[in-house]
Amino acid sequence: MRVVITGAGTINSLGKSVAQTMEAMREGRCGIGDLEFRDVERLSTRIGGQVKEYNAEDHFNRQQISLYDRFTQFTLLAADEAIKQSGLTFAGELAAKSGVVLGTAGGGVSTWDDNYRSVYEDGKNRVHPFVVPKLMNNAAASHVSMAYNLKGPSFTVSTACASSNHAMSQAFQMVRTGMSPVMITGGSESMLCFGGVKAWEGLRVMSRDACRPFSANRNGMVQGEGAGLYVFEEYEHARARSAEILAEVIGFAMTSDASDIVMPSKQGAARAIKGALNDAGLNGPEVGYVNAHGTGTSANDRTECAAVADAFGAHADKLMLSSTKSMHGHLIGATGAVELLACIMALRDGIIAPTIGYEEPDPDCALDVVPNEAREAKVDVAISNAFAFGGLNAVLALKKI
Amino acid sequence: MNVKDRIIEIIAEQAVLEVSDVSMSNTLEDLGIDSLGLVESIFAIEEAFDIQVPFNANDPSESEFDISSVASIVSAVEALVKAQS
Repeated sequence: MRVVITGAGTINSLGKSVAQTMEAMREGRCGIGDLEFRDVERLSTRIGGQVKEYNAEDHFNRQQISLYDRFTQFTLLAADEAIKQSGLTFAGELAAKSGVVLGTAGGGVSTWDDNYRSVYEDGKNRVHPFVVPKLMNNAAASHVSMAYNLKGPSFTVSTACASSNHAMSQAFQMVRTGMSPVMITGGSESMLCFGGVKAWEGLRVMSRDACRPFSANRNGMVQGEGAGLYVFEEYEHARARSAEILAEVIGFAMTSDASDIVMPSKQGAARAIKGALNDAGLNGPEVGYVNAHGTGTSANDRTECAAVADAFGAHADKLMLSSTKSMHGHLIGATGAVELLACIMALRDGIIAPTIGYEEPDPDCALDVVPNEAREAKVDVAISNAFAFGGLNAVLALKKI
Repeated sequence: MNVKDRIIEIIAEQAVLEVSDVSMSNTLEDLGIDSLGLVESIFAIEEAFDIQVPFNANDPSESEFDISSVASIVSAVEALVKAQS
Protein backbone atom coordinates (compact mmCIF):
# COMPACT_ATOMS: atom_id res chain seq x y z
CA MET A 1 0.00 0.00 0.00
CA ARG A 2 1.07 3.58 -0.53
CA VAL A 3 1.78 5.76 2.49
CA VAL A 4 1.31 9.50 2.68
CA ILE A 5 1.88 12.19 5.29
CA THR A 6 -1.32 14.01 6.20
CA GLY A 7 -0.21 15.95 9.23
CA ALA A 8 2.96 17.51 10.64
CA GLY A 9 3.76 19.24 13.90
CA THR A 10 6.86 20.49 15.62
CA ILE A 11 8.40 22.55 18.35
CA ASN A 12 12.11 23.31 18.22
CA SER A 13 14.46 26.24 18.57
CA LEU A 14 13.40 27.64 15.18
CA GLY A 15 9.70 27.76 15.92
CA LYS A 16 6.74 26.42 17.79
CA SER A 17 4.92 25.21 14.66
CA VAL A 18 5.68 23.80 11.22
CA ALA A 19 4.96 27.16 9.59
CA GLN A 20 7.37 29.03 11.88
CA THR A 21 10.05 26.38 11.47
CA MET A 22 9.82 26.33 7.69
CA GLU A 23 9.89 30.11 7.59
CA ALA A 24 13.09 30.10 9.63
CA MET A 25 14.59 27.45 7.35
CA ARG A 26 13.69 29.50 4.28
CA GLU A 27 15.31 32.55 5.81
CA GLY A 28 18.36 30.63 6.98
CA ARG A 29 17.77 31.80 10.53
CA CYS A 30 19.81 30.34 13.36
CA GLY A 31 18.00 29.03 16.45
CA ILE A 32 21.23 28.33 18.30
CA GLY A 33 22.05 30.66 21.18
CA ASP A 34 23.14 30.85 24.80
CA LEU A 35 21.83 28.01 26.93
CA GLU A 36 19.70 29.03 29.88
CA PHE A 37 19.41 26.62 32.78
CA ARG A 38 20.77 25.98 36.24
CA ASP A 39 24.57 25.59 36.55
CA VAL A 40 25.21 26.41 32.89
CA GLU A 41 28.28 28.34 34.06
CA ARG A 42 29.89 25.02 35.06
CA LEU A 43 29.78 23.84 31.43
CA SER A 44 32.37 24.52 28.78
CA THR A 45 29.65 24.12 26.11
CA ARG A 46 27.18 26.94 26.65
CA ILE A 47 25.31 27.13 23.37
CA GLY A 48 22.47 25.07 22.01
CA GLY A 49 19.28 25.07 20.01
CA GLN A 50 17.08 25.55 23.05
CA VAL A 51 13.33 26.12 22.92
CA LYS A 52 13.04 29.61 24.42
CA GLU A 53 10.05 31.59 25.68
CA TYR A 54 8.37 28.36 26.65
CA ASN A 55 6.27 27.90 29.78
CA ALA A 56 4.80 24.48 30.43
CA GLU A 57 2.04 26.17 32.47
CA ASP A 58 0.73 27.85 29.32
CA HIS A 59 -0.11 24.46 27.84
CA PHE A 60 -0.62 21.96 30.65
CA ASN A 61 -2.21 21.87 34.09
CA ARG A 62 -0.34 21.13 37.31
CA GLN A 63 -1.30 17.45 37.35
CA GLN A 64 -0.17 17.00 33.75
CA ILE A 65 3.13 18.74 34.42
CA SER A 66 3.78 16.37 37.32
CA LEU A 67 3.62 13.52 34.78
CA TYR A 68 5.05 15.11 31.64
CA ASP A 69 8.79 15.53 31.28
CA ARG A 70 9.80 18.27 28.87
CA PHE A 71 10.27 15.69 26.09
CA THR A 72 6.69 14.51 26.60
CA GLN A 73 5.41 18.08 26.62
CA PHE A 74 7.15 18.75 23.31
CA THR A 75 5.70 15.54 21.90
CA LEU A 76 2.15 16.39 22.89
CA LEU A 77 2.36 19.91 21.45
CA ALA A 78 3.72 18.62 18.14
CA ALA A 79 1.18 15.78 18.06
CA ASP A 80 -1.64 18.25 18.58
CA GLU A 81 -0.52 20.28 15.57
CA ALA A 82 -0.03 17.20 13.36
CA ILE A 83 -3.26 15.43 14.25
CA LYS A 84 -5.30 18.64 13.99
CA GLN A 85 -3.88 19.20 10.52
CA SER A 86 -4.76 15.66 9.47
CA GLY A 87 -8.35 16.20 10.59
CA LEU A 88 -8.48 12.65 11.94
CA THR A 89 -10.33 11.52 15.02
CA PHE A 90 -9.80 8.01 16.28
CA ALA A 91 -12.75 5.78 17.11
CA GLY A 92 -13.86 2.20 16.49
CA GLU A 93 -11.81 0.15 14.04
CA LEU A 94 -9.53 3.07 13.13
CA ALA A 95 -8.64 3.61 16.80
CA ALA A 96 -8.13 -0.12 17.36
CA LYS A 97 -5.58 -0.40 14.54
CA SER A 98 -3.78 2.94 14.72
CA GLY A 99 -0.81 3.51 16.99
CA VAL A 100 2.23 5.58 17.85
CA VAL A 101 5.90 4.86 17.13
CA LEU A 102 8.26 7.49 18.43
CA GLY A 103 12.00 7.90 18.72
CA THR A 104 13.96 9.31 21.62
CA ALA A 105 17.53 8.75 22.70
CA GLY A 106 17.32 9.91 26.29
CA GLY A 107 13.66 10.12 27.26
CA GLY A 108 13.11 12.15 30.41
CA VAL A 109 16.67 13.35 30.85
CA SER A 110 15.81 16.43 32.87
CA THR A 111 13.66 14.32 35.19
CA TRP A 112 16.66 12.06 35.86
CA ASP A 113 18.81 15.17 36.28
CA ASP A 114 16.49 16.98 38.69
CA ASN A 115 15.95 13.95 40.86
CA TYR A 116 19.57 12.82 41.00
CA ARG A 117 20.35 16.36 42.07
CA SER A 118 17.72 16.16 44.75
CA VAL A 119 18.93 12.88 46.27
CA TYR A 120 22.69 13.26 45.72
CA GLU A 121 23.35 16.97 45.98
CA ASP A 122 20.53 18.07 48.25
CA GLY A 123 20.65 14.85 50.27
CA LYS A 124 16.91 14.27 50.12
CA ASN A 125 15.69 10.77 50.82
CA ARG A 126 12.53 10.71 48.80
CA VAL A 127 11.51 11.65 45.30
CA HIS A 128 8.13 12.39 43.79
CA PRO A 129 6.15 9.20 43.09
CA PHE A 130 5.84 9.94 39.37
CA VAL A 131 9.56 10.00 38.63
CA VAL A 132 9.47 6.63 36.87
CA PRO A 133 6.38 7.21 34.69
CA LYS A 134 7.73 10.66 33.89
CA LEU A 135 11.23 9.71 32.77
CA MET A 136 10.56 6.44 30.96
CA ASN A 137 11.41 6.55 27.26
CA ASN A 138 7.95 5.42 26.22
CA ALA A 139 6.13 8.06 28.28
CA ALA A 140 5.66 10.36 25.30
CA ALA A 141 4.28 7.64 23.02
CA SER A 142 1.96 6.47 25.78
CA HIS A 143 0.59 9.94 26.45
CA VAL A 144 -0.08 10.44 22.73
CA SER A 145 -1.94 7.13 22.64
CA MET A 146 -4.02 8.20 25.65
CA ALA A 147 -4.70 11.70 24.36
CA TYR A 148 -5.94 10.52 20.94
CA ASN A 149 -7.41 7.09 21.71
CA LEU A 150 -4.81 5.21 19.67
CA LYS A 151 -5.20 1.57 20.64
CA GLY A 152 -3.06 -0.26 18.08
CA PRO A 153 0.69 -0.90 18.13
CA SER A 154 2.56 1.76 20.10
CA PHE A 155 6.16 1.78 21.22
CA THR A 156 9.35 3.79 21.37
CA VAL A 157 12.61 3.09 19.62
CA SER A 158 15.92 4.33 20.86
CA THR A 159 18.81 4.34 18.42
CA ALA A 160 20.62 7.51 19.51
CA CYS A 161 20.73 10.04 16.68
CA ALA A 162 18.77 7.80 14.31
CA SER A 163 15.87 7.17 16.71
CA SER A 164 13.31 9.20 14.78
CA ASN A 165 14.28 7.78 11.42
CA HIS A 166 14.06 4.26 12.79
CA ALA A 167 10.68 5.12 14.32
CA MET A 168 9.31 6.64 11.12
CA SER A 169 10.64 3.68 9.13
CA GLN A 170 8.73 1.34 11.41
CA ALA A 171 5.55 3.40 11.15
CA PHE A 172 5.93 3.51 7.37
CA GLN A 173 6.31 -0.25 7.21
CA MET A 174 3.28 -0.79 9.43
CA VAL A 175 1.06 1.33 7.20
CA ARG A 176 2.56 -0.02 3.99
CA THR A 177 1.90 -3.63 4.94
CA GLY A 178 -1.69 -2.88 5.88
CA MET A 179 -1.15 -3.55 9.56
CA SER A 180 -2.35 -0.05 10.52
CA PRO A 181 -4.29 2.49 8.43
CA VAL A 182 -2.72 5.40 10.34
CA MET A 183 0.39 5.69 12.49
CA ILE A 184 1.51 8.71 14.50
CA THR A 185 5.28 8.88 14.35
CA GLY A 186 8.37 11.04 14.75
CA GLY A 187 10.40 11.75 17.83
CA SER A 188 11.25 14.01 20.71
CA GLU A 189 14.31 14.94 22.71
CA SER A 190 15.12 17.27 25.56
CA MET A 191 18.63 16.85 26.91
CA LEU A 192 19.42 20.51 27.42
CA CYS A 193 20.00 20.43 31.16
CA PHE A 194 23.23 20.39 33.13
CA GLY A 195 23.71 16.61 33.14
CA GLY A 196 22.52 16.21 29.57
CA VAL A 197 25.05 18.66 28.17
CA LYS A 198 27.82 17.61 30.59
CA ALA A 199 27.64 14.05 29.27
CA TRP A 200 28.07 15.24 25.68
CA GLU A 201 30.90 17.54 26.69
CA GLY A 202 32.84 14.49 27.80
CA LEU A 203 33.06 13.23 24.24
CA ARG A 204 34.85 16.42 23.16
CA VAL A 205 32.93 16.70 19.93
CA MET A 206 30.97 19.81 20.84
CA SER A 207 31.46 23.21 19.25
CA ARG A 208 31.62 26.21 21.56
CA ASP A 209 30.56 28.71 18.91
CA ALA A 210 28.49 27.32 16.01
CA CYS A 211 27.47 24.27 14.03
CA ARG A 212 29.04 24.60 10.56
CA PRO A 213 28.37 21.37 8.68
CA PHE A 214 30.63 20.65 5.68
CA SER A 215 32.57 23.89 6.18
CA ALA A 216 36.35 23.30 6.39
CA ASN A 217 36.50 25.24 9.66
CA ARG A 218 33.73 23.24 11.34
CA ASN A 219 34.53 22.41 14.93
CA GLY A 220 31.83 20.13 16.20
CA MET A 221 28.19 19.62 16.89
CA VAL A 222 25.69 21.72 18.82
CA GLN A 223 22.83 20.12 20.71
CA GLY A 224 19.22 21.06 20.11
CA GLU A 225 15.89 20.01 21.57
CA GLY A 226 12.31 19.63 20.47
CA ALA A 227 9.95 17.28 18.70
CA GLY A 228 8.64 16.47 15.25
CA LEU A 229 5.44 14.46 14.83
CA TYR A 230 3.70 13.17 11.71
CA VAL A 231 0.55 11.42 10.66
CA PHE A 232 1.43 8.58 8.28
CA GLU A 233 -1.72 7.41 6.53
CA GLU A 234 -2.57 4.81 3.93
CA TYR A 235 -3.02 6.66 0.63
CA GLU A 236 -6.53 5.44 -0.25
CA HIS A 237 -7.68 6.11 3.31
CA ALA A 238 -6.43 9.69 2.99
CA ARG A 239 -7.94 10.13 -0.47
CA ALA A 240 -11.31 8.78 0.56
CA ARG A 241 -11.64 11.61 3.06
CA SER A 242 -10.03 14.22 0.78
CA ALA A 243 -7.21 14.87 3.21
CA GLU A 244 -4.45 17.32 2.36
CA ILE A 245 -1.35 15.29 1.50
CA LEU A 246 2.04 16.81 2.35
CA ALA A 247 4.23 14.15 0.71
CA GLU A 248 4.43 10.45 0.04
CA VAL A 249 6.82 8.15 1.89
CA ILE A 250 8.18 5.74 -0.70
CA GLY A 251 11.03 3.82 0.87
CA PHE A 252 13.40 3.27 3.72
CA ALA A 253 16.38 1.21 4.75
CA MET A 254 18.18 0.46 7.97
CA THR A 255 21.73 -0.83 8.26
CA SER A 256 24.27 -1.45 10.99
CA ASP A 257 27.96 -0.67 10.61
CA ALA A 258 28.90 -3.48 12.97
CA SER A 259 32.25 -1.79 13.46
CA ASP A 260 32.62 1.00 16.02
CA ILE A 261 30.52 2.47 18.83
CA VAL A 262 31.13 6.10 17.79
CA MET A 263 33.03 6.33 14.50
CA PRO A 264 30.77 6.34 11.44
CA SER A 265 31.35 4.05 8.50
CA LYS A 266 31.10 5.03 4.86
CA GLN A 267 29.98 1.54 3.91
CA GLY A 268 27.19 1.41 6.50
CA ALA A 269 25.88 4.83 5.50
CA ALA A 270 26.12 4.12 1.77
CA ARG A 271 24.34 0.79 2.18
CA ALA A 272 21.50 2.57 4.00
CA ILE A 273 21.16 5.18 1.24
CA LYS A 274 21.27 2.58 -1.53
CA GLY A 275 18.87 0.41 0.41
CA ALA A 276 16.33 3.22 0.68
CA LEU A 277 16.63 3.92 -3.05
CA ASN A 278 16.14 0.23 -3.86
CA ASP A 279 13.18 -0.02 -1.53
CA ALA A 280 11.59 2.97 -3.26
CA GLY A 281 12.33 1.56 -6.71
CA LEU A 282 14.70 4.40 -7.58
CA ASN A 283 17.99 4.39 -9.43
CA GLY A 284 19.39 7.58 -7.88
CA PRO A 285 19.03 10.37 -10.46
CA GLU A 286 15.41 10.93 -9.36
CA VAL A 287 16.69 12.31 -6.03
CA GLY A 288 17.01 16.09 -6.04
CA TYR A 289 17.60 16.75 -2.35
CA VAL A 290 19.34 14.96 0.47
CA ASN A 291 18.72 16.13 4.00
CA ALA A 292 22.09 15.25 5.42
CA HIS A 293 22.82 13.95 8.88
CA GLY A 294 25.48 16.72 8.73
CA THR A 295 26.38 17.04 12.40
CA GLY A 296 29.28 19.44 11.90
CA THR A 297 31.82 17.00 13.31
CA SER A 298 34.91 16.27 11.33
CA ALA A 299 34.17 12.55 11.15
CA ASN A 300 30.49 12.60 10.21
CA ASP A 301 30.58 15.17 7.46
CA ARG A 302 33.54 13.67 5.64
CA THR A 303 32.16 10.13 5.91
CA GLU A 304 28.67 11.20 4.89
CA CYS A 305 29.85 12.99 1.76
CA ALA A 306 31.87 9.95 0.79
CA ALA A 307 28.85 7.73 1.36
CA VAL A 308 26.60 9.97 -0.74
CA ALA A 309 29.20 9.97 -3.53
CA ASP A 310 29.43 6.21 -3.29
CA ALA A 311 25.66 5.65 -3.32
CA PHE A 312 24.81 8.10 -6.11
CA GLY A 313 27.92 7.93 -8.27
CA ALA A 314 28.09 10.79 -10.78
CA HIS A 315 24.64 12.05 -9.73
CA ALA A 316 26.11 13.08 -6.34
CA ASP A 317 27.51 16.19 -8.04
CA LYS A 318 24.08 17.19 -9.30
CA LEU A 319 21.94 16.80 -6.20
CA MET A 320 21.59 19.29 -3.35
CA LEU A 321 22.53 18.22 0.16
CA SER A 322 22.07 20.41 3.21
CA SER A 323 22.22 20.11 6.96
CA THR A 324 19.57 22.04 8.85
CA LYS A 325 21.39 21.17 12.10
CA SER A 326 23.28 24.39 11.39
CA MET A 327 20.03 26.17 12.33
CA HIS A 328 18.23 24.02 14.93
CA GLY A 329 21.17 22.08 16.32
CA HIS A 330 21.31 18.32 16.71
CA LEU A 331 18.07 17.15 18.26
CA ILE A 332 19.61 13.69 18.86
CA GLY A 333 16.68 11.26 18.97
CA ALA A 334 14.29 13.83 17.47
CA THR A 335 16.58 15.09 14.79
CA GLY A 336 15.35 13.04 11.82
CA ALA A 337 11.78 14.03 12.64
CA VAL A 338 12.42 17.78 12.60
CA GLU A 339 14.68 17.42 9.56
CA LEU A 340 11.95 15.64 7.61
CA LEU A 341 10.29 19.07 7.47
CA ALA A 342 13.12 20.24 5.20
CA CYS A 343 12.32 17.33 2.86
CA ILE A 344 8.62 18.19 2.85
CA MET A 345 9.43 21.85 2.18
CA ALA A 346 11.68 20.86 -0.74
CA LEU A 347 9.03 18.62 -2.29
CA ARG A 348 5.92 20.65 -1.61
CA ASP A 349 7.18 24.24 -1.75
CA GLY A 350 10.23 23.81 -3.97
CA ILE A 351 12.46 25.50 -1.39
CA ILE A 352 15.71 23.91 -0.30
CA ALA A 353 16.75 24.71 3.26
CA PRO A 354 20.34 25.93 3.41
CA THR A 355 23.37 24.82 5.38
CA ILE A 356 24.08 28.02 7.28
CA GLY A 357 27.39 28.97 8.89
CA TYR A 358 29.22 27.72 5.83
CA GLU A 359 32.50 29.62 5.54
CA GLU A 360 35.20 27.57 3.83
CA PRO A 361 34.95 24.79 1.25
CA ASP A 362 36.30 21.44 2.38
CA PRO A 363 37.72 19.24 -0.39
CA ASP A 364 36.47 16.22 1.56
CA CYS A 365 32.91 17.59 1.37
CA ALA A 366 32.83 18.74 -2.24
CA LEU A 367 29.08 18.49 -2.81
CA ASP A 368 26.46 21.19 -3.34
CA VAL A 369 25.65 21.87 0.31
CA VAL A 370 23.29 24.80 -0.45
CA PRO A 371 25.50 27.19 1.52
CA ASN A 372 23.96 29.90 3.68
CA GLU A 373 20.92 30.77 1.58
CA ALA A 374 17.79 28.81 0.74
CA ARG A 375 17.28 28.00 -2.90
CA GLU A 376 14.26 27.54 -5.11
CA ALA A 377 14.32 24.26 -6.99
CA LYS A 378 11.85 21.71 -8.25
CA VAL A 379 12.44 18.44 -6.45
CA ASP A 380 10.53 15.21 -7.01
CA VAL A 381 12.26 12.94 -4.53
CA ALA A 382 14.13 13.71 -1.31
CA ILE A 383 15.89 11.46 1.15
CA SER A 384 16.68 12.00 4.82
CA ASN A 385 19.81 10.51 6.38
CA ALA A 386 20.40 9.59 10.00
CA PHE A 387 23.55 7.84 11.14
CA ALA A 388 23.73 7.12 14.85
CA PHE A 389 26.35 6.39 17.44
CA GLY A 390 26.51 2.66 17.65
CA GLY A 391 26.66 2.48 13.87
CA LEU A 392 22.90 2.27 13.39
CA ASN A 393 21.69 3.97 10.22
CA ALA A 394 18.23 4.72 8.85
CA VAL A 395 17.36 6.55 5.63
CA LEU A 396 13.89 7.50 4.42
CA ALA A 397 12.80 8.44 0.90
CA LEU A 398 9.95 10.87 0.23
CA LYS A 399 8.22 11.82 -3.00
CA LYS A 400 6.27 14.84 -4.09
CA ILE A 401 2.56 14.26 -4.55
CA MET B 1 -1.64 24.67 61.20
CA ASN B 2 -2.46 21.38 62.92
CA VAL B 3 -2.06 17.93 61.36
CA LYS B 4 -5.73 17.59 60.50
CA ASP B 5 -6.01 20.89 58.67
CA ARG B 6 -2.77 20.36 56.77
CA ILE B 7 -3.86 16.87 55.63
CA ILE B 8 -7.25 18.11 54.55
CA GLU B 9 -5.48 20.80 52.57
CA ILE B 10 -3.23 18.23 50.85
CA ILE B 11 -6.15 15.94 50.05
CA ALA B 12 -8.30 18.80 48.79
CA GLU B 13 -5.51 19.94 46.49
CA GLN B 14 -5.11 16.44 45.14
CA ALA B 15 -8.85 16.06 44.59
CA VAL B 16 -9.10 19.56 43.10
CA LEU B 17 -11.75 20.46 45.69
CA GLU B 18 -12.23 23.25 48.18
CA VAL B 19 -11.01 22.47 51.69
CA SER B 20 -14.60 22.89 52.89
CA ASP B 21 -15.71 20.06 50.59
CA VAL B 22 -13.53 17.49 52.32
CA SER B 23 -15.02 15.90 55.43
CA MET B 24 -13.38 13.56 57.90
CA SER B 25 -15.72 10.73 56.99
CA ASN B 26 -14.93 10.82 53.28
CA THR B 27 -13.01 7.97 51.71
CA LEU B 28 -10.41 8.80 49.06
CA GLU B 29 -12.67 7.11 46.54
CA ASP B 30 -15.51 9.48 47.54
CA LEU B 31 -13.19 12.34 46.70
CA GLY B 32 -12.18 10.90 43.33
CA ILE B 33 -8.56 10.23 44.26
CA ASP B 34 -7.17 7.29 42.26
CA SER B 35 -4.13 5.13 42.95
CA LEU B 36 -1.65 7.61 41.46
CA GLY B 37 -3.38 10.42 43.38
CA LEU B 38 -2.98 8.38 46.53
CA VAL B 39 0.77 7.89 46.17
CA GLU B 40 1.11 11.56 45.32
CA SER B 41 -0.87 12.49 48.47
CA ILE B 42 1.35 10.27 50.59
CA PHE B 43 4.42 11.89 49.08
CA ALA B 44 3.00 15.32 49.92
CA ILE B 45 2.24 14.19 53.49
CA GLU B 46 5.80 12.88 53.90
CA GLU B 47 7.17 16.17 52.64
CA ALA B 48 4.86 18.28 54.79
CA PHE B 49 5.55 16.47 58.08
CA ASP B 50 9.02 15.13 57.37
CA ILE B 51 7.96 11.59 58.18
CA GLN B 52 8.19 8.18 56.53
CA VAL B 53 4.77 6.73 55.78
CA PRO B 54 4.74 2.91 55.80
CA PHE B 55 2.54 2.36 52.78
CA ASN B 56 2.80 -0.24 50.04
CA ALA B 57 0.63 0.41 47.02
CA ASN B 58 0.67 -3.29 46.13
CA ASP B 59 -1.63 -4.07 49.01
CA PRO B 60 -2.94 -1.00 50.79
CA SER B 61 -5.19 -2.99 53.11
CA GLU B 62 -2.15 -4.84 54.53
CA SER B 63 -0.19 -1.64 55.15
CA GLU B 64 0.18 -0.34 58.68
CA PHE B 65 -1.01 2.99 57.37
CA ASP B 66 -4.82 3.11 57.38
CA ILE B 67 -6.16 5.01 54.38
CA SER B 68 -9.80 3.97 54.72
CA SER B 69 -10.98 7.55 55.37
CA VAL B 70 -9.70 11.07 55.83
CA ALA B 71 -10.11 10.60 59.60
CA SER B 72 -8.02 7.40 59.60
CA ILE B 73 -5.27 9.12 57.61
CA VAL B 74 -5.23 12.03 60.04
CA SER B 75 -4.92 9.78 63.07
CA ALA B 76 -2.27 7.63 61.39
CA VAL B 77 -0.22 10.71 60.54
CA GLU B 78 -0.64 12.12 64.04
CA ALA B 79 0.74 8.86 65.43
CA LEU B 80 3.66 8.92 62.98
CA VAL B 81 4.51 12.53 63.75
CA LYS B 82 4.53 11.69 67.45
CA ALA B 83 6.57 8.51 66.99
CA GLN B 84 9.12 10.01 64.62
CA SER B 85 9.63 13.34 66.40
